[in-house]
Amino acid sequence: MSDASYLSLEKLTLAYGDSVAVANLDLTIKKGELIALLGPSGCGKTTTMRAIAGLLAVKSGHVRLDGADITRVPANKRAVGLMFQSYALFPHLSVYENVAFGLKLKGMRGPELDAKVQSGLKSVGLSNFANRRPAELSGGQQQRVALARSMVMEPKVLLLDEPLSNLDARLRLEMRTELQRVQKATGVTMIFVTHDQAEALALADRIVVMKSGKIEQIGSPEDIYNRPTSSFVADFVGFENIFPLENGKMKTGAGLVDLSGSLSSEAPSAAGLAWRPRMVTLGTGPFQGTVRGTSFAGDSREYLLDSPLGPIKAEVEASQPAHALGAGLSFDLPAEKAAPLSRFV
Amino acid sequence: MTARSLFIPVTLFLVIAFLIGPFLIIVAASFSAGETLAFPPQGFSLRWIAKVFTVESFRASFGMSLFLAIGGTAAALVLGIPASYALSRYKLPGAEIVRTVVSAPIIVPGIIVGLALLRYIVVPFQVGITPALFLAHTALVLPYAVRVVSASLDNLRSDIEEAAVLLGSSRLGAFFRVVMPNIRGGIMSAFILGFVTSFNQVPVSLFLSGPGVRTLPVDMIAYMEIVFDPSVAALSSLLAFLSIGIVFLAERFLGFSRYV
Ligand SMILES: Nc1ncnc2c1ncn2[C@@H]1O[C@H](COP(=O)(O)OP(=O)(O)OP(=O)(O)O)[C@@H](O)[C@H]1O
Ligand SMILES: [Mg+2]
Repeated sequence: MSDASYLSLEKLTLAYGDSVAVANLDLTIKKGELIALLGPSGCGKTTTMRAIAGLLAVKSGHVRLDGADITRVPANKRAVGLMFQSYALFPHLSVYENVAFGLKLKGMRGPELDAKVQSGLKSVGLSNFANRRPAELSGGQQQRVALARSMVMEPKVLLLDEPLSNLDARLRLEMRTELQRVQKATGVTMIFVTHDQAEALALADRIVVMKSGKIEQIGSPEDIYNRPTSSFVADFVGFENIFPLENGKMKTGAGLVDLSGSLSSEAPSAAGLAWRPRMVTLGTGPFQGTVRGTSFAGDSREYLLDSPLGPIKAEVEASQPAHALGAGLSFDLPAEKAAPLSRFV
Repeated sequence: MTARSLFIPVTLFLVIAFLIGPFLIIVAASFSAGETLAFPPQGFSLRWIAKVFTVESFRASFGMSLFLAIGGTAAALVLGIPASYALSRYKLPGAEIVRTVVSAPIIVPGIIVGLALLRYIVVPFQVGITPALFLAHTALVLPYAVRVVSASLDNLRSDIEEAAVLLGSSRLGAFFRVVMPNIRGGIMSAFILGFVTSFNQVPVSLFLSGPGVRTLPVDMIAYMEIVFDPSVAALSSLLAFLSIGIVFLAERFLGFSRYV
């Protein structure tokens, strides 16, 4: 075993009956890493997590953890923690008993147990709530109990399935910080599922983007945000203007169009190019468009243009003069700013 | 008031009178001082209520009814809880058919159930009277047990079991540690409903009772064929108040009506 491949999924295939949900997935995670699993609904994120936890039987492939093949190890012997989106607290037990549940099953008793539970509760700031029932707690507090309940078990890996999606915006930020703090303090290897790219970018050491049961791209938040390798990932992280390339030209609604400027040296083999709305130059350039929609977003203003190339989304500083609906505008898609995509899907 | 606005209150009154009336008449008749069952009661006395406790066969059949109600219901729960669990947690092929078959005794008239049991089980297999009654009462209570326990299982999220497993519990352990405690109310309610159903059951028991072994309601019918004194009314009143008391306590402490 090495710390570099603490948890590895090898050619993992998962299915419900005959319908394959995850196919041939390979993923290697370092010890102590915080991984975000990002992807659209139904792409197999929950399925993958359940297989790591042992709640779903593996159809083929292997799961290795800490040097051991755990593919066939039952869920209760894996030392993998899972925080459910619904928290799944035991309604008939107090907060204290919820946290003590797993420790008691390990055979822990008396002062040792008490000390462990108390420190678990303290670490999530719930020492004063030990005697409450889950139903008497707010959503954020329930979440903390669930976190403490998993963490006192000292799992080798902690999985979190959309841990923040049930919380309101303010609590979300608070819990985000909390998760990060707990992860840094304990060094636990963590994988969390999210729909929210901002959350993934803010928290993760590495992001895994999934699409229909396959990994589309793995990379640091910077990689994913700035250097998407496929049109799918580009679209997912907000590159809204995407064109395929053919013989060095953009394939558009107006046929093959010459690039404006030249590609950076690494990109000649690119299958497509992508621009964020902010990368589009408005007011000058070789292309012509008509303003079809505009929306004001505080610092910036967004325009939807109709152009022979197809619809274009552009974003400019709000301090610049506004363009009216129906106004004709020239614009540019500078090739040197574009993200080159190696796969167009 | 117009005739129209009187219609609803009058109907309501009649319905209530029709439902409660016979019960009130029986209660009144049990305090009669006279020798025969009659309404309005002649005078007032507690002698018939006292007599109930001295009739030997009532004591024996009460014991039998109590045994069947408690034992039969307990057996129905032992079978019904795992069955309900399997029905609600696993997508079993034919689950709907099982549900229907299990519920059949609610829909099929007791006479038919009794006759069928007698003709095709008790007689061919030479089952004794007590085991036959026990079997019949278990079967009769089973649908109620499955129904009520299923209702409370459906209200319980299944992910708490997975949470328990990930915290080190076995599947079976998770069932006893986190499922059972959370459906306790449903189980108690099923028990009470089953108890009352079994205790008040007549037609099936009528078929299966035999010499010396009877349930209380069957015994009361037999008694009335010979003696027509108010002690049967007195016994009925006592039983009715017992049922009401049990259901009242159940509602008070368990929220019985949530499950039934
Ligand atoms: N219990 C199940 N039985 C059959 N198919 C299922 C089951 N659970 C999920 N699936 C299918 O497996 C695929 C992956 O589902 P999964 O729940 O892993 O998606 P997800 O990425 O977690 O989506 P979401 O973001 O909506 O939670 C989907 O096509 C889904 O329809
Ligand atoms: Mg999911």
